[in-house]
Amino acid sequence: MFQNIGELILLFWRTVQSLPLSWRQRHKIFDQFFEIGNASLLMVCVLSFFIGGVLALLTGPVLVQRGLANSVGGLVGISMCKELAPVMMSILIAGRIGSSMTAEIGSMRVYEEIDALRTMNINPIHYLVLPRLVAIAVALPLLVIFSILVGWGGGALVAATNHQIAVSFQSFFSNLREVVAVKDVANGLFKSFVYALVIGVVSCHQGLQTIGGPRGIGRSVTKSVVNCIVAIVILDYFLTRLLLAMFP
Amino acid sequence: MNEPTLKSNQHLGVSLKVHGLHKSFNGQEVLKGVDVEVRPSEIFVIMGPSGSGKSVLLRHMIGLEEPNAGEVLVEDKSILTPETMEDYRLAMVFQSGGLLNSLTVGENLGLYLTEHRLKPPGEVMRIVAEKLEAVGLKGQEDKLPSELSGGMRKRAAIARALVIEPQLILYDEPTSELDPLSAVVIAEEIVKLNERIQVTSVIVSHDREFAFGVADRMAVIFDGRILAVGTPEEVRSNPDKTIQEFLNVDFHLQKAKSDSKSK
Repeated sequence: MFQNIGELILLFWRTVQSLPLSWRQRHKIFDQFFEIGNASLLMVCVLSFFIGGVLALLTGPVLVQRGLANSVGGLVGISMCKELAPVMMSILIAGRIGSSMTAEIGSMRVYEEIDALRTMNINPIHYLVLPRLVAIAVALPLLVIFSILVGWGGGALVAATNHQIAVSFQSFFSNLREVVAVKDVANGLFKSFVYALVIGVVSCHQGLQTIGGPRGIGRSVTKSVVNCIVAIVILDYFLTRLLLAMFP
Repeated sequence: MNEPTLKSNQHLGVSLKVHGLHKSFNGQEVLKGVDVEVRPSEIFVIMGPSGSGKSVLLRHMIGLEEPNAGEVLVEDKSILTPETMEDYRLAMVFQSGGLLNSLTVGENLGLYLTEHRLKPPGEVMRIVAEKLEAVGLKGQEDKLPSELSGGMRKRAAIARALVIEPQLILYDEPTSELDPLSAVVIAEEIVKLNERIQVTSVIVSHDREFAFGVADRMAVIFDGRILAVGTPEEVRSNPDKTIQEFLNVDFHLQKAKSDSKSK
């Protein structure tokens, strides 16, 4: 495990060192960026809408019973932007995009395509890892912004239409504006940026480590998704503590 | 990273020396002290049965594997130093072709030039078309590697190596999975290329006819050791029992069938 962590840090550091080459790789970065958006936008939309809705549905009646009906907007708002959107979207992207990154790079490794790149003096980190890491580091925070907005919409709709809650759109968003500050949104975006780096590095590393045939690729994909999710959940606790200490 | 440059005075082949190469995988010794010297601009064939360590030796020759002991020198510089890859243009034709499946044939061929920014896009397209024509694949630029037959993929891989204008080119089983006619075409391409740009060619193969047809010199490897090195005639007349067995073994199924029928 420690060897793996060391290799991940090394791969991340080498990719960071190659960042000045990003402009040269801009076409590949755009391709990856649009692939991430294309593959996940609809899923992000559906998932976020229902997460916001369920949150309002579960908390709304309890708050109404205690005479805090108007607080539902703030509760949904802050939960979505500080925790649920960054974590849920990162897990979704790890499954949807991280797995495809591992499968693509893994199959290139198995079928000697990466060896071919090396014999042409083309660095696989510059050619394969850099575009993917930059694209996911930009795309995931943008998807999280989108997820936050859709989640708020879902929560507001449920709060307004559920007869046990019956909080109007106006009072939902008015309370949300009172409770949610810009730093809370920034907090969620920072988390998602860190998770994006984790997904990118873990997925590419696992792809580059692939050995064997199709079974090896399958094993790598499973390992990559599981490792990403475990890393995100563990990191989430420590990042939350750190951010609470820095911005109480 | 210094970008390689395409200079016409660098077309001549380079020498390659392998000294005391040892390699083990999971405790199993695959190369047991290999010494080989390949002269500039010659076609050198490494022949041997499956599992004898030919392909592993070839991968060491282009720096894809790090040896446990010993070294590989290109013009007396270690293959493992980044400068060697930057100073000399080396290419390898993989057994599977090694074409990038997500790119078209044209993009595959132009990859070296575009990634190292050696030529403008229009010039890259012209060079790609020229090299494809040279290997008999004119007009196949827009096809994906998956749309090509095995022989066409091999030829496309050779064309990709040609684009690099290499000083050393390594071929891993270039005639495997090919019908005899395609194998002859590939052999002719290898010899023509060697004559045209005096590239040093190292070929790994277990195809005896092909090996004796193209080689200037050859080596026979068996169980991770080089048993003989020399011209095809010298190797053919080598008295070593293992070499003679490998060179002369043939199918005797018809005889066996007729023997069993007569009984």
